[in-house]
Amino acid sequence: MADPMKIRAQMAGDKATVRVLMAHEMETGQRKDSAGKAIPAWYIQTVSAKHNDKPVMSAQWGPAVAKNPFLQFNLKGAKAGDKVSITWVDNKGDTRTDEAVVS
Amino acid sequence: MKTRREMLQHGAAVATLLMGAGLLPATARAQATGYKAAAFETKSMAELMKALGAGAPTESKDVTITGPDIAENGAVVPLGAATTLAGVKSLLILVEKNPSIMTSMFELTDAVEAAVNTRVKMGQSSNVYAVAMMNDGRVLYAQKEVKVTLGGCGG
Repeated sequence: MADPMKIRAQMAGDKATVRVLMAHEMETGQRKDSAGKAIPAWYIQTVSAKHNDKPVMSAQWGPAVAKNPFLQFNLKGAKAGDKVSITWVDNKGDTRTDEAVVS
Repeated sequence: MKTRREMLQHGAAVATLLMGAGLLPATARAQATGYKAAAFETKSMAELMKALGAGAPTESKDVTITGPDIAENGAVVPLGAATTLAGVKSLLILVEKNPSIMTSMFELTDAVEAAVNTRVKMGQSSNVYAVAMMNDGRVLYAQKEVKVTLGGCGG
C-alpha cells in the first residue's frame, strides 16, 4: 500500500498535460470475500494537485473510480522545470504525496 | 447473489460506518476540503443536485463527455469531462446506474483547463454524464450511453 504514484507532466504547446497513475485498491465496500463477508470499503476520497506549491485543482472521488486510478488534466501557464505535486487521502486517513517535474 | 436493493442498503450502511470512523482524521488535516459524503450517496441527478445545493441541470453542447461506446470491462472505463466555456467551478462525472450516481467531482481553478480524464467502474450498461457547474450557478451537462459487456461490481 501507498506505492509511489506515477506522474508524468509533459509540455504540449503552452500547457502541460499531467497524467497521474495512483496505486490503490479502490475497494467499493460492496464486494464479498469467499466467506460471504463484505470487504470493507477502502478508496481515495480526495486528490489535490499543486503547481509550484500553488493549489490548482482538487477532486473528490467516490468508490466508483477504478482500481489504480488514473487522472489526466491540463495545466495552463506551465513551463519546463516546473514542479507538479499530487496528494491523495483515502477513507482510512492514509495519504501520499508525490512530485514530478514538467518536461 | 443478493438483490440490488439489498446490496444498496448494505453498501450504504457500511459506507456510513466508515464515514464516521474514517472521516474525522481526514477533516482534521488542514488541506482537507469538506468531503461531500452525502453527494456520493445519491442515486439520481435530481437528488445529487439537491445534495450539492445546485439548480436544475440543462443539457448543453458546450459540455462534452468522452468515453467508449462499448466497454468490454466495466471495472475500468475511461471517461472524460470537458467544456469550452469559461468560469467553470467544478466538473462531475456521473454514471446513472451505479449504486451511487456520482463517481467523481473535480474542483477547478483558472490554472487548469476544464478537461479531466479518469477511469471509473460501471456495474452495467448505463448513461454517463459530464456535468459542468459554473461560477454563475448554471449547471450544464452532456450525456452518452456506454454499453458494458462485463460488469465491474461483481465479486
